[in-house]
Amino acid sequence: MEEVERTAKSVDEAVNLALADLGVAKEEVDVTVLEEPSKGLFGILGGKPARVKVAIKDTAARRAGNFLKSLFQAMDIPVELQIEEKDRLLNININGQDVGVLIGRRGETLDSLQYLLNLFVNKNQVQRCRVLLDVEGYRRRREETLERLAWKLADKARQRGRNVVLEPMSAQERRIIHTALQNRDDIYTFSEGEEPYRKIVISPKKHG
Amino acid sequence: MKEVVEILAKALVDRPDQVSVNMIEKEKSYLIELKVAPEDMGKVIGKQGRIARAIRMVVKAAATRQRKKVIVEII
Repeated sequence: MEEVERTAKSVDEAVNLALADLGVAKEEVDVTVLEEPSKGLFGILGGKPARVKVAIKDTAARRAGNFLKSLFQAMDIPVELQIEEKDRLLNININGQDVGVLIGRRGETLDSLQYLLNLFVNKNQVQRCRVLLDVEGYRRRREETLERLAWKLADKARQRGRNVVLEPMSAQERRIIHTALQNRDDIYTFSEGEEPYRKIVISPKKHG
Repeated sequence: MKEVVEILAKALVDRPDQVSVNMIEKEKSYLIELKVAPEDMGKVIGKQGRIARAIRMVVKAAATRQRKKVIVEII
């Protein structure tokens, strides 16, 4: 964790100096007052300045950001990170020129990276926080594709009156499909098989 | 690539000082050997090798520009 100690005439002044040193905003730090300023005799003799310790808060967003930055540097992939943190959910979007390799086949690499990042961010933490990782809006596009696919296959299941089995998917992707089809009353969905080969089955409802 | 394995492993274990990574160049591949403290083995392997698989996947992405395969072994 990064921290600095600064001395100035007032506490506020010392804090501002420290913030300038660290290059962060006031909301991102914890301030400890080490010594209150005191006026000496007649305001001249023996006056003591204020001394503060300012430390950057060790937030999930900061841990995740630092980790990804050093990782992508080692991978030699220049990236731009957008990090949003709210209600213990961390949304990270990675943008850049050569970021396609970070997605991998069907998002396999992205899922792996997201899994490792979740482990790291929550290591030794009392409050757990969920991290969702995306590359250039890939997950949103994939979600739309999956929803279209789900509807198409649901129609097929109804028309043929037979089960339609999808290829294995991650829990996250299966959830998108279950959700997309939950309001249809002509078919129902369930999953079968063991992780990581668990897959969705779309089954027509028997009428009458 | 060696650095990638090192960053990932150090992020997962309790004893980052005990992480050591060794890379051996072979004819058709790079062999990366990862060593961690005995009590940290589970942290880099995971249930049914899930963490090890994720590490390998990320390293493979890091190595796409290389012509050779990359093998990560945990020893």
